Amino acid sequence: MKLSQHALFWPATTLLLLLAVCALFNPSFLSIAWRDGHLYGNLIDILNRAAPLMVVSLGMTLVIAVRGLDISVGAVVAIAATVAALMIGGKFSAGGDVASDHPLWQALLAALLVAAACGLWNGLLVVKAGMQPIVATLILMVAGRGIAQLLTDGQIITVYYAPFFALGNGFLLGVPVALWIAAALWGLLHLLLSRTALGLFIRAIGGNPEAARVAGIRAASITLCVYTFCSLAAGIAGLIISSNVKSADANNAGQLLELDAILAVTLGGTALTGGRFTLAGTVIGALIIQTLTSMIYSLGVPPEVNLVVKAAMVFAVMLLQSAEFRGLVLRAVRGGAKHA
Amino acid sequence: MSRRLLPLCITVLLFIGMAAFGAIRYDGFLSPQVFLNLLIDNAFLCVVAVGMTFVILSGGIDLSVGAVIALTTMISASLLDAGWNPFAAMAVVLLFGAGFGALQGFLIQRFDLAPFIVTLAGMFLARGCCYLISTESIPINDPTYAAIAQARIPVGFGSSLTIGAVIALAVVLAAMRIAHATEFGRTVYAIGGGESSARLMGLSVSRTKVGVYLLSGFCAALGGVVMTFYMLSGYSLHAVGLELDAIAAVVIGGTLLAGGVGYVAGTLFGVLILGIIQTLIAFDGTLSSWWTKIVVGVLLLLFCLLQRLFEGRTRKAA
Repeated sequence: MKLSQHALFWPATTLLLLLAVCALFNPSFLSIAWRDGHLYGNLIDILNRAAPLMVVSLGMTLVIAVRGLDISVGAVVAIAATVAALMIGGKFSAGGDVASDHPLWQALLAALLVAAACGLWNGLLVVKAGMQPIVATLILMVAGRGIAQLLTDGQIITVYYAPFFALGNGFLLGVPVALWIAAALWGLLHLLLSRTALGLFIRAIGGNPEAARVAGIRAASITLCVYTFCSLAAGIAGLIISSNVKSADANNAGQLLELDAILAVTLGGTALTGGRFTLAGTVIGALIIQTLTSMIYSLGVPPEVNLVVKAAMVFAVMLLQSAEFRGLVLRAVRGGAKHA
Repeated sequence: MSRRLLPLCITVLLFIGMAAFGAIRYDGFLSPQVFLNLLIDNAFLCVVAVGMTFVILSGGIDLSVGAVIALTTMISASLLDAGWNPFAAMAVVLLFGAGFGALQGFLIQRFDLAPFIVTLAGMFLARGCCYLISTESIPINDPTYAAIAQARIPVGFGSSLTIGAVIALAVVLAAMRIAHATEFGRTVYAIGGGESSARLMGLSVSRTKVGVYLLSGFCAALGGVVMTFYMLSGYSLHAVGLELDAIAAVVIGGTLLAGGVGYVAGTLFGVLILGIIQTLIAFDGTLSSWWTKIVVGVLLLLFCLLQRLFEGRTRKAA
C-alpha cells in the first residue's frame, strides 16, 4: 500500500505542515526546555491545551462511528464542571487553608456520574425512542446549560481548593496531568477496540445497523454504551477545563466545543457516515485545531482571522473527503494532461 | 381529522393554553399589545425559522443562519457608515445572503456533502468575516433606518406593529404559498419524503436542493435586516445560537426533522410559543432566564416523542 493511501497520511501531513509554518516564522517554536521541574515550550503548550478537546473528540469518534452525533457535549462539560465546583465549594479557614465541602474524590465521582447519566439519557432517546441523534442530543444541548445555570443560580462558581487545580494545571513526571489523562483514555480505548471484538462490532453497526443486528450484534446496548461514554468523556473534559480556570461558568464553559469536536473527528479522517473511524486520526485532528489557534497567536496574526482560517480548513477537508470532488479534480488533471 | 394536521393542532392548542395560563395568572397579560409584541420581539427569528422550515422539510439542516444574520448587520452598518443609500445597502445584503446560501447548497448538492458540516463551515466563515469587518459594535445613525425602526403601524385597539413584524407576517404568508402552491414547494416535500424517489419521479431535485439553501440564506439576510431595524447596530455577536432557536421553533411547530412532513404555519406558532415562554417568565418576575432553556428543552422532548408516536401509527396504518 502506498504511504499516501494510509488513513492517517492527510491528517498527519496537515499537522506537520502547520508546525513547519510555525517553525519557519518562529525558529524557537519547536524547542522544548526543562524549566521549574517540568517540560516547557510551545509544543507542550499545544498538547496541554488540546487535551480537553482530545478527550471529548475521542468520545465523539465512537458516536460518529455508530452513525450518531452528539451536540450536547458542550452542555455536559458545563454540567460536570458545575457539579464538581459546587461539591468542592471551599471555604477559607482561620489558618488560611482552604477546606473542601466534600472530599475531592466524591466531587469528581459525582461529576462523572452525572455526565454519564446525561449520556445514558441521550442514548435512550436514540436507541429506545428512535430519535435522530442530532435531535435527541439537541434537547440536552438546549436544556443542559439551563440546568447548569439553575444549579449555580446563574453565578460563576469559583473554586479555592488547591488540590483540584492539579487536573488542569499540574504536572506529573514533567508532563501536564491533562495530557496524561488524554493519553490514558486513548490507550484504554485503543486496547479495548483493537484487542476485543468491540471495535469490529462498532464498525459493523456503523456500516449497516440492520445487518449488524441480524448478525447477532447487540447493536442497541453497544450504541447506548457509546453515547454514555461520549458524555463521560465530556465530563472528564469539563473537570480539566474547570480545574484549569479554577471556576465553573455554567453559561460559557465548553461553548461551541461540540463543533470543535466534530471538526476534530472529521479532520482526523473518520467518515461522518459511520463505520470507518480512527482514534489516532481524531487525536491528530484535535492537535491540528489547537496548533492552528496557537499558530495564529504566535505569528501575531489578529485572532479575528482564526475563524475564517478554520472555515477554509473545513471546506478543504470536506471537499477532499468527497469522492465526487476527487473524481472531478482527477478528470480535470487528466483532461489537462491530454491537452498538453 | 387528518393525521398530518395533528402536530400542528397540538402546537396551536399549546399556544392557546399558555396564553390562557398567562391571562389567568397575571394582570394585564390579555392585552392585544402583549401578543403583538410576541411578533415584534421575535420578527427576525420568525423570518429565519421560515427559511429553516424549507431546509428541514427537504431533510437538511442549516447551522449558518445565526452567523449570516450577524454578518448582515455588520455589512449593513458598515455600508451605511460609508454613506450608501439605505435601500441599496438592503438590496446588497439580501443578494449576498441568497448567494451565500446558494453556494452552501451547491456544495451540498454537487459534492454530496453533509449539510451539517457544510453549514457549520459556513457558520465559521460568516462569523469570522464579521470579526474581520470589526470586533466592535457599529452604531447605525442613518435617518431612514431610524425612521423604519420607530415607525408603528396601528392595528386598532390602541395597539400597533413594527415594520419588522409586518415583514415577518408577509414572509410567513409568502412561504405558505410557496410551500403549498408551487412546483418548488411540492418538490421540497418530495425530496424530504425520499430523495431517490423524487428523482425517479422526474422532479428537478438538484435545482430544488440548491434553491432551498438559497431561500434559507435569503431569509437569514432578511432576518438580519429586520434585526438591524430592531437593534440599530451591527455587531459580530448578534444572534449567537439563533440557529438552535430557529430549529427548535420549527420542531415545536410540528415539522418532522427527518423531512417531508410539516407546515410553515406551524413554524409561526413555534416562534410564538418560544416568545410566550419568555413573556410568561418576564411577567412572573421571580423566574430566572435559564428557565427558558429548560422549558424549551422539555417542549422539544415532548414534541419529538409525540412525532415518534405519530410516525409509528402512520407506519402501522400503511
